[in-house]
Amino acid sequence: MDFLRPASWEEALAAKAEHPTAVPIAGGTDVMVEINFDHCRPEYLLDLTRIGDLYEWEVGDESVRLGASVPYTRIMERLRGELPGLALASHTVASPQIRNRGGVGGNLGTASPAGDAHPALLAAGAEVEAESVRGTRRIPIDDFYTGVKRNALAPDELIRAVHVTKADGPQQYAKVGTRNAMVIAVCAFGLALHPRTRSVRTGVGSAAPTPVRARTAEEFLAAALDEGGFWENGKVITPSVVKQFADLCAGACNPIDDVRGTASYRRHAVGVLARRTLTWTWESYRGSRRLSEGAA
Amino acid sequence: MSPTSGAPSQLTQGSGTKGGIGESTLRPDGILKVTGEFAYASDMWHEDMLWGQILRSTVAHAEIVSIDTGEALATPGVYAVMTYDDLPTEVRTYGLEIQDTPVLAHGKVRHHGEPVAIVAADHPETARRAAAKIRVEYRELPVVTDEESATGPGAVLVHEGRDDHHSGHVPHPNIVHRQPIVRGDVTEARKRADVVVRGEYRFGMQDQAFLGPESGLAVPEEDGGVHLYIATQWLHSDLRQIAPVLGLPEDKVRMTLSGVGGAFGGREDLSMQIHACLLALRTGKPVKIVYNRFESFFGHVHRHPARLVYEHGATKDGKLTHLTCRIVLDGGAYASASPAVVGNASSLAVGPYVVDDVDIEAVALYTNNPPCGAMRGFGAVQACFAYEAQMDKLADRLGMDPVRLRQLNAMEQGAVMPTGQIVDSPAPVAELLRRVAAMPMPPERQWESSEGVDVRQLPGGLSNTTHGEGVVRGVGYAVGIKNVGFSEGFDDYSTARVRMEVVAGEAVATVHTAMAEVGQGGVTVHAQIARTELGVTRVTINPADTQVGSAGSTSASRQTYVTGGAVKNSCELVRERVLEIGRRRFGSYHPAWADAELLLEGGKVVTDGGEVLCDLVDLLADDVVEVEAEWRHRPTQPFDLRTGQGDGHVQYSFAAHRAVVEVDTELGLVKVVELACAQDVGKALNPLSVIGQIQGGTTQGLGIAVMEEIIVDPRTAKVRNPSFTDYLIPTILDTPTIPVDVLELADDHAPYGLRGIGEAPTLSSTPAVLAAIRAATGLELNRAPVRPEHLTGTA
Repeated sequence: MDFLRPASWEEALAAKAEHPTAVPIAGGTDVMVEINFDHCRPEYLLDLTRIGDLYEWEVGDESVRLGASVPYTRIMERLRGELPGLALASHTVASPQIRNRGGVGGNLGTASPAGDAHPALLAAGAEVEAESVRGTRRIPIDDFYTGVKRNALAPDELIRAVHVTKADGPQQYAKVGTRNAMVIAVCAFGLALHPRTRSVRTGVGSAAPTPVRARTAEEFLAAALDEGGFWENGKVITPSVVKQFADLCAGACNPIDDVRGTASYRRHAVGVLARRTLTWTWESYRGSRRLSEGAA
Repeated sequence: MSPTSGAPSQLTQGSGTKGGIGESTLRPDGILKVTGEFAYASDMWHEDMLWGQILRSTVAHAEIVSIDTGEALATPGVYAVMTYDDLPTEVRTYGLEIQDTPVLAHGKVRHHGEPVAIVAADHPETARRAAAKIRVEYRELPVVTDEESATGPGAVLVHEGRDDHHSGHVPHPNIVHRQPIVRGDVTEARKRADVVVRGEYRFGMQDQAFLGPESGLAVPEEDGGVHLYIATQWLHSDLRQIAPVLGLPEDKVRMTLSGVGGAFGGREDLSMQIHACLLALRTGKPVKIVYNRFESFFGHVHRHPARLVYEHGATKDGKLTHLTCRIVLDGGAYASASPAVVGNASSLAVGPYVVDDVDIEAVALYTNNPPCGAMRGFGAVQACFAYEAQMDKLADRLGMDPVRLRQLNAMEQGAVMPTGQIVDSPAPVAELLRRVAAMPMPPERQWESSEGVDVRQLPGGLSNTTHGEGVVRGVGYAVGIKNVGFSEGFDDYSTARVRMEVVAGEAVATVHTAMAEVGQGGVTVHAQIARTELGVTRVTINPADTQVGSAGSTSASRQTYVTGGAVKNSCELVRERVLEIGRRRFGSYHPAWADAELLLEGGKVVTDGGEVLCDLVDLLADDVVEVEAEWRHRPTQPFDLRTGQGDGHVQYSFAAHRAVVEVDTELGLVKVVELACAQDVGKALNPLSVIGQIQGGTTQGLGIAVMEEIIVDPRTAKVRNPSFTDYLIPTILDTPTIPVDVLELADDHAPYGLRGIGEAPTLSSTPAVLAAIRAATGLELNRAPVRPEHLTGTA
């Protein structure tokens, strides 16, 4: 196994172009597990830890440009306001040691349906900044996950950053595991209210071959909120609407039975998480409305 | 510099205070361990050493058609590749009781991960790659996975042509051992029952999950022998099994205990010991083998999964009338400790209760599942899970308080076990229950504060699954009984060598035993005993090795009792010799030498009245007093093969738990809020270590209650989760507050009145948690571990 250590982003792109099978490694929290378990023996490892730019983030007007290697700990500590869903998701990643090393780039590169960041990215809305010697492109998160542990990257491309839409409303994230910390998701759910566009976005993890959005549920809820004038009147959402939203989220799952849980449990649990996160985010939305009205 | 590094060194302990028994002296290895400086077996190194690698079967049951090692042998850096055909003698199997385990597979593999070939190379990665180049052709056979496939019509035999000492009395060749226990007349007693409850319970396969994986270093010696540095639980048992396979007399196989990172029963059987020695002798070079976590899951036995069917009867006022039970333990492919586990499960199947009429049967199966053997609690754990569930069921049916029902039927000193054995030391079962029930309850809704919700205090923890929704509290109780020491007539002795001499102007004691320190704190206790008996401050504990007689196993809650007893005994013999020297030298100066009871205290000889007769430094001068002696507890008897009668156990140990849990009833997630424990320890030699043992055992019991399970595919008998990614053990967030109430009622038969403590808390912890979850959910829950699917109807 050769260990390539580019000193700059340009060198990294050149190395990836020359060795398309090279596996990028930054925090190593996914890649090293794969290697230690002998699940993969890449011909080349492409070490990205010398590229400082990948550890930087930039808060723009509409979105946060998050370097691929920004550790989860930083996201939790520094981006809670702009990216509340992703910050909550970061909290659930493994242990403090791993959160200090791992970043969203690794989650996206591995594209495991169980990656903790995916539901939060899907719910917030994001674009993956992929780059190769051929140039740069931005891949919408909705198009990024193409199969089990497969993504839309070309063999010569590297993930440089992810542009995550800044929160314009409450966001929530919840994950089920059979241990109270340091556990791989049995299933996970992210929810973001977008009051500005009067829309709702979701993300479901570990309950389908790829991370998915529960689009039917989103559309149903957006329509129901519009019809009832809920965005304006800030009333408690009708329980039957919450229930149907939860059922539609559960219906968006296409889970499997495995050692971590049954398909039936995953579907059930996603429904419960959808109901609870909707209740939490909506309560928060109502609270912020009351505050702003009070101020006015 | 020595060519070997990471070898154990002497542990010398001074003590600011007296540091005798009853004090919480600190562990001599404690600071080294928490600072990462302690050398574990996996840290051993020798110049010019090779690395060993084991090739394991990829299928559970198959004939081996061929093995081609050519490509592996041709790999640069490879020094040796060995298969069954390369074994040096006709002794090619080993085992704790039945020698049925092949050193390397012979024509057949019987479980997933069975060793087939071994490789030595100059780099671990080279060894690994070479092993991967060995081509093994298997012809798969049908797998035996449960009682039906093991003993039903046309069952495939896991071992053909058995001739071990159990083969004559078992009803089927796929049954390792069967032990019935029959007492009284269940048919008659059942007529007196106003209420009868029945239940079928299942217990999952738990792993010891010790943190230091199997490892050792075998160094060839000039005399043609080998020196093995090894992490094990019992050096002499290993030696007895290793030497014949190597074709060496036992004195040419030297063994030294290297740093052990936990054991819990998982190191009673051999793992890589013989493999490392074989490769070292073949290559003439030191060979180190270290398993990684994945291999460790295949490299040691697990706790027997079990199916248990119970019937309990009681009068309407709650007195037990009778009990029947049948316990089927899955022993997997090789016998390991299965026969003894059967003995425990059957003889302790009733629990700490008085029932005169019982009909009990326990069996262990041979299957193609992973081999199962010793683990903390050893057969008593599975039984306790079932009988305590039954007691709750009975209380519910009778409309009685579950603690009250237990107390009403609790055994006490003088009670008769189902085996006919009289319990002749304190058995404060009702009192332990009273104590856990009387502890203050943890506050309700402890996750709420003025700051908001602390998700870490809720089911789901950091995963943020509930802010209180669906959360229901439940409380449950359980109590258990565990035997201490090796049972059924086993000669369960230990040996201690104790030396006393003057070093640098101070009388010091040296203790040398072969006791495996696996984290239990035995080395701490030995120094305390030596200080108490010999009146010294400084005690040196020599590394454990086979240059001294056997200490028996660090198992069965026995080491403080048995090797502690041996150290005490040898100290007493040393003291007698020291006093003889004193009488010889100073006897004429003071009449007390002749007629008073003399003690060694504070480095001096004193009378029982406190008068100082002389300083030990003056007494000993240049003399070295050394004694090596064996020590035995009271003998036990085998259980009758038909009736199970016999004084089979040395001592009994009792603990009770109260579990407080919060269950997210919608998601089926559990937060254990508190696990209070009360245990009788006879005498706490080191109170801090006692608390540590109880809290550790309690946590291990919690693990099997809610998360720990090796999952074996019933179609292929292959292990599905051999890693800490999917075999979950409790984190600190899963570990509740564990208040401990320690009772000290002396057992007059034991050294200092002590009672073995390590296992009892593992028994009652699991059923207490399950009882609490049942109370919170109203569900029946007949299996451990309980998974979210079982709590949400989505299994």
